Amino acid sequence: MCVAFHNKLGEFWPFPPDRAGVTESDERGTFRHLEIAPKNEPDLWRSTIFFLRSWLISFDFPMMSSKEARSLKMLHLTTGRVGCLLSKQVVVALTSSGARMSSHGHHEVSDSVDMSQPMYWDRLDTPLPDRPWKDVLDSTDKSLKQKEKGPWTALSKEEKIALYRLKFNHTYPEMKRPSHEWKTVIGGMFIFFGITGLVVFWQGHYVYPPQPHTFGEEWQAKQVQRMLDMQINPIEGFSAQWDYKNKQWK
Amino acid sequence: MSLAKPAMRGLLGKRLRFHLPIAFALSLVAAAAFKYGVTEPRKQAYADFYKQYDTTKEFNNMREAGVFESVRPTGK
Repeated sequence: MCVAFHNKLGEFWPFPPDRAGVTESDERGTFRHLEIAPKNEPDLWRSTIFFLRSWLISFDFPMMSSKEARSLKMLHLTTGRVGCLLSKQVVVALTSSGARMSSHGHHEVSDSVDMSQPMYWDRLDTPLPDRPWKDVLDSTDKSLKQKEKGPWTALSKEEKIALYRLKFNHTYPEMKRPSHEWKTVIGGMFIFFGITGLVVFWQGHYVYPPQPHTFGEEWQAKQVQRMLDMQINPIEGFSAQWDYKNKQWK
Repeated sequence: MSLAKPAMRGLLGKRLRFHLPIAFALSLVAAAAFKYGVTEPRKQAYADFYKQYDTTKEFNNMREAGVFESVRPTGK
């Protein structure tokens, strides 16, 4: 699939025509019509689209070599333009995608996973993944798989275990194995408690306004006396704890 | 390597038969404990308090202390 093509002006898209000061109708929706956009740099919007499409193409497509070559050749033509930083980035994107296209058949450990292929997973809640753990079998594995087609009582214990290991990566106990992650979690929690404590302390010193006068010792004492005079909660609560005869707390 | 076949069915029923009676029993115990530990003593406390309560005397005490706005303390 080729992503650089001729627009109706005969120029390679997404790079704008050389003519300065002329904005064509098919550039509607680009930055080109704005005075602030420099006229001989690639259009940002179309470059983003180009970038995005080349990234999407970088997923694993077999049999791409002839098309790769064609698109790379087109890029070589476009890099002849003056001072185009973005075009170089696009070249890098397509060449690196070319490298990825050639590594077909490995279990991906890099960032891009081909979601159009059946996946393997180790999950407690979904026990049977879409594909077995080992797809590429050597001759001993293949002969074992042949033996599996017969009666399973003929299989030895080691063979059954080997078949399990062909199909699955981890067993359930291995999936459930405990880790040291809890230490990281608790440690991180305490660190953030500490940071929060510092923030709260700073806040109490620099942010809070002065306390209301009703918080003072004298006012609080007068408040308690008034509550006792009113007999607040005299049965089971506040005033129930006060000995009115001896004028003290019980 | 011949393990017993694990239970394949009736797992929820088995769990419910075990846990539901315990749940009901514990709920009843909690309710009874609250009733006889909290509400009955509280009702008794209120009853005892108001048996000995002299309304007029307490009113006058409060009046002298100056907490009312409708009546001032006697004197002055």
